[in-house]
Amino acid sequence: MKRSLSFQAFRAVMLVLFAAFFALPLVAMLDFSTKVPATGERTWADWGLLVRDEALRQSIVTSLILAVLTAVVMVILLVPTMIWVRLRVPGASRLIEFLCLLPLAIPALVIVVGIKNVMAWVSYFVGDTPLALTLPYVILVLPFAYRSIDAALAAIDVRTLSEAARSLGASWLTVFARIVLPNIMTGVLSAATITVALVLGEFTFASLLNYLTMPVQLAAIYKVEARAAVAGALASILLVALLLLVLSYISRDRRTKKGSAA
Amino acid sequence: MTETARSGNGVAVELTDLTRVYGPVRALDGLTLHIAPGELVALLGPSGCGKTTALRILAGLDAATSGSVSVAGKDLTGVPASKRDMGMVFQAYSLFPHMTVLENVAFGLKMRGQDRSARNGRATEMLELVGLSEHGNRYAHQLSGGQQQRVALARALAVQPSVLLLDEPLSALDAKVRAQLRDEIRRVQLEVGITTLFVTHDQEEALAVADRVGVMNQGRLEQIAAPAELYDNPTTRFVAEFVGLNNKMPATVTDGSAVVLGTPVPVIEGSLASGAGLAMVRPESLILTTDSTAHTNASVVSVNFLGSISRVYLDMSDGERLMAQVASAVAIRLAPGDRVGVTVEPNPVLVIAG
Repeated sequence: MKRSLSFQAFRAVMLVLFAAFFALPLVAMLDFSTKVPATGERTWADWGLLVRDEALRQSIVTSLILAVLTAVVMVILLVPTMIWVRLRVPGASRLIEFLCLLPLAIPALVIVVGIKNVMAWVSYFVGDTPLALTLPYVILVLPFAYRSIDAALAAIDVRTLSEAARSLGASWLTVFARIVLPNIMTGVLSAATITVALVLGEFTFASLLNYLTMPVQLAAIYKVEARAAVAGALASILLVALLLLVLSYISRDRRTKKGSAA
Repeated sequence: MTETARSGNGVAVELTDLTRVYGPVRALDGLTLHIAPGELVALLGPSGCGKTTALRILAGLDAATSGSVSVAGKDLTGVPASKRDMGMVFQAYSLFPHMTVLENVAFGLKMRGQDRSARNGRATEMLELVGLSEHGNRYAHQLSGGQQQRVALARALAVQPSVLLLDEPLSALDAKVRAQLRDEIRRVQLEVGITTLFVTHDQEEALAVADRVGVMNQGRLEQIAAPAELYDNPTTRFVAEFVGLNNKMPATVTDGSAVVLGTPVPVIEGSLASGAGLAMVRPESLILTTDSTAHTNASVVSVNFLGSISRVYLDMSDGERLMAQVASAVAIRLAPGDRVGVTVEPNPVLVIAG
């Protein structure tokens, strides 16, 4: 009993320490972005700049569209491929894993240099738009998205479930959409959330390829309007945190629904 | 085959000269099998003998390297699994985790375009058939293993398939549930009258439920016969050794009969033609007497109590170890070290080269 109490106390202390470790910088950012240095008064003027500054507003919209586009392309590209490999060509799973994890081992700078010529072609076809960054961003998020989806697929017996559905008359499309996808939805949502978080914070690709995304614009503003830049950074962190909360709520909701039905 | 099975509305299944090669391995080596309408055939054999491969080829989940599959006279070779009209119960639990029991059972009907009320009605009927009508709103993880396999059986039967395929459906269950479900599968199969292929490595399971049992070894069908015929008259050494227990006892064959422990017994077709060999004698064919001065006597090594019967292990004077199966009422009087007389019943035996 005594030991249990001391363990609980230790756990509580550790929890507070970790919470402080994560929360203090955020509180400092909020404090910095809302305080007038000369008078010490509170103001939301710099937060207002996120909406009022046309260039910053545009870069936020661009980053949000890029995040959604990257997540959509990643899901469309990766989910069917991974399911297909598991079902039909399991021998290729090592190769797919290697290819997907490769971007993790190559420095972003090297990828940018290597991809520059390809990006010239992409810009030639789709115009000089920052949305062309979707292509390198999909490559960037592959390792993280792969891990999430792979873990979800490993949690179910994909082969048996799909064979059961096939023997009951389901087409491959039905097997994918109605049997496998609903059972790996948490992993897919998790991959999409990680994708959004990564894209909203990505600086190297956008900066070196000369596109004005939110992090690039915030870095530029930081040189002249530090408080507005910090407000923008805090806003993007809060957005990603909110997304993660929504994801965990959805996952919990799915589990609760299954558990409570009787 | 029983009369009840024959009276069903099943269809004939023909597997002709099926071969399946995986690299250097021949998983199936010219398998030919005919299943009569409404019949339940069990394929029995050790792991890797090709029984599951045969079932998967019939289901359309695997393709044969050569040979053909036909059902009700229609060639199904090359027809995808989704178009074969077969119900299948898998070894692994295969209920869709995100669907309720009722939705699982109704899934095949949904694929066939039936409206909600019709498919729910049929699904409920099927759940009643397997005794789970109260569990329609539950999810797979809320059911026991036995219940999950019963739901899988209901799901397979709901679409009124032409053939029912059972791929070791009981192997993940504990012994008691296994025996119950085994009998339930047979009851349902007879009630529906569906042609069924049952794959298992458990001989007791196969002998208990099947009209005929086919024993497979290294991709080939060694023997197929009614359970009693298979047990009493195994035609190959593999079948004799795989199905049931045996004592290998010295025997001399002359003119279609063999002498074992001094007793003349008829020999089964496929036995050694003449000369000295080893007779495959079932433990229950050994007779133990308390007359220790009998022609052949042995010393009791141990007695294993198995309920109504017991197994008695004996050492012969020449050092050979035998196993006899006797009523426990007889075995209870025996103790290790006792001397007993041993003879064999004059049942037909397979005699193989020594």
